[in-house]
Amino acid sequence: MSDIPTDLKYASSHEWVRIEGDTAIIGISDHAQQELTDLAFIELPEVGLDLTAGDSCGVVESVKTASEIYAPISGEVIEINDALQTEPGLANEDPYGEGWFYKIRFDIPGEIEELLSPEEYTDQVNI
Amino acid sequence: MEESTLKRTPLYNTHLALGGRMVEFGGWDMPVLYTSIVKEHHSVRNAAGLFDISHMGEFLFEGREAKKFLNIILTNDLSKLDPGQGHYSLLCQDNGGVIDDLYAYRLSEDRYLLIVNASRIEVDWMWIRSQRNSKYKSLQLEMTDISKNYAAMALQGPNSVEIISKLFPQSATIQKNDILETNFENESIWISRTGYTGEDGFELITPNIQAVGLWKEVFKAGESLGLAPAGLGARDTLRTEAGYSLYGHELNSETTPIEAGLGWAVADHKINFIGRDTCIAQKQDGTSRRCIGFKMTGKSAPPRENYTIFNSCEDKREIGQVTSGTQSPSLGFGIGLGYVESQYAKSGTPIEIEIRNNRFPAEVVKRPIFRKPD
Repeated sequence: MSDIPTDLKYASSHEWVRIEGDTAIIGISDHAQQELTDLAFIELPEVGLDLTAGDSCGVVESVKTASEIYAPISGEVIEINDALQTEPGLANEDPYGEGWFYKIRFDIPGEIEELLSPEEYTDQVNI
Repeated sequence: MEESTLKRTPLYNTHLALGGRMVEFGGWDMPVLYTSIVKEHHSVRNAAGLFDISHMGEFLFEGREAKKFLNIILTNDLSKLDPGQGHYSLLCQDNGGVIDDLYAYRLSEDRYLLIVNASRIEVDWMWIRSQRNSKYKSLQLEMTDISKNYAAMALQGPNSVEIISKLFPQSATIQKNDILETNFENESIWISRTGYTGEDGFELITPNIQAVGLWKEVFKAGESLGLAPAGLGARDTLRTEAGYSLYGHELNSETTPIEAGLGWAVADHKINFIGRDTCIAQKQDGTSRRCIGFKMTGKSAPPRENYTIFNSCEDKREIGQVTSGTQSPSLGFGIGLGYVESQYAKSGTPIEIEIRNNRFPAEVVKRPIFRKPD
C-alpha cells in the first residue's frame, strides 16, 4: 500500500502539490516512486521557466526506464531541489519530504481546485 | 495484451507469494523484481540471488551422429568437450546472421543438451528441424524439444558455491561450464556451473514437477548466506555490467558473431558449419561495425536502447546505436552496449551519446564493463 497524505492535492499523472501561500511545492507520489523503483536520475525544469498545467517539465529515470513528469498547475519555477541531482534516491525514500522536486509561484488559483483530492487519488491508484 | 495469453512457469505462484512484480517477457509472465532491482543486483554481487529461468528452452540430441549434426549447425566445436563439459555457441543462418546464442553441453558420450533463449525456442527448433530434414536426414540421431517439461533456476553470486554444496555436495567441485546429472527427490536434474551475471554460479535444470520443491530447498540452504530472489530487472543490469549480449539487442539475424565480438565462439578450424564463409571472411577482413561496451564519463541520464552514438571528432558524425543501456548499480553511472563503425571500437575512444536532443560524453570500454576488485 502506498502513502497518500491527506493534506496534499494530486495530479492524475502522479505528482503531488503542497500549497504554501502563493507557492506550490511539487513532487511525485509514493505510489509513483514505488512503480518507478530505484530512481537513478532526475531532470528538473529550470528556475525561471514558465509552466502551463500539463506541460512535460522533466524526466525521472529509474534503472529500468525513463518517464516524463508533468506540471500539475501553471506558474513560474522559483526553486528546484538540487539535492536530487546527486541523490535521486531521496524521492524513493522520502517522496513527500526531502524528495520534493520543485516550487512554483502559481498563476491560476482555480487550477488547484481541479486537482484530485487525496480520496480521489486513492481511488485512482487502487483501480 | 491479454494476461491469459502469457505463459507461466511452474514457479509463477511462488513469485506471487514473494511479492514479485510480474511483467511480460518474450511471451512469458515473469517477475521483473521482488523488492528493488538495485537491492537484488547487490545481493547477487555481494551474496547470492536466485532467478527463475524456466522460460528458457532445452533441446536434447542423442545418438552416434548427434555431435556431427550439431557441429554443422553450431559455430563452436563440440569436439573440444569431454562428457560433463559445456560451452557458449551460436546458431547461424547461411549468411552468418545469428538465429540464437546458446549453451551446448555434452552430457555423455553421445548425448547433448542445448539451452536456448525463451523468445527463440520456436524459431530455433523450426530451423534445426528443417536442417535435419533437408540435408542431414541420414544422420543417426534423435532430437527432442523438452522445453515444456523442464524448469530451470540460476543461483548466482559469491555465496552460490557454499549454498549448492549444502544440497548437492558433488556439484560444488565442478569447474566453470561443467554440467552434472544428479538426483533431487527421485528425479534426475542437471546442475551446470554457469550463468549470466558475471558472478560464480550454477544453473539447475529440473523436471517441472520438482521446480517449486527445489526452489524452496535452495532458499532453505541460502537463508543464512544472504540469498535473495532476483528478477529479470537485476538479471539485465548484471549482464549489462558483465558485457554479455542479449538476443534481440546485441544479437539478431542481421548481426554476425564477428560483428558482435563473439569470434571466440566460432571454431574456424571446422571444415563445415552453417555461416562459416561469412565468419571466416569477416575474421580475416574485419567488419564495418563492431559491438562495444561504453560508459558515460560526465553527469548524464542513463543511456537507453536506440539512442544514437556520435564520434567526438570535429565532424561530430553519427557512428552507431545503443543496443542496451542502464544505470550501473555497481558503478553508479550510466553504461551500455552498442554498435559503432569499427574505427571507433577501440577501448578508450571518446564517443558521445544523444539523450533527448543533447549529447553527453562517453568512452568505449573493454568488456566486462564492471569487474570486481581482486
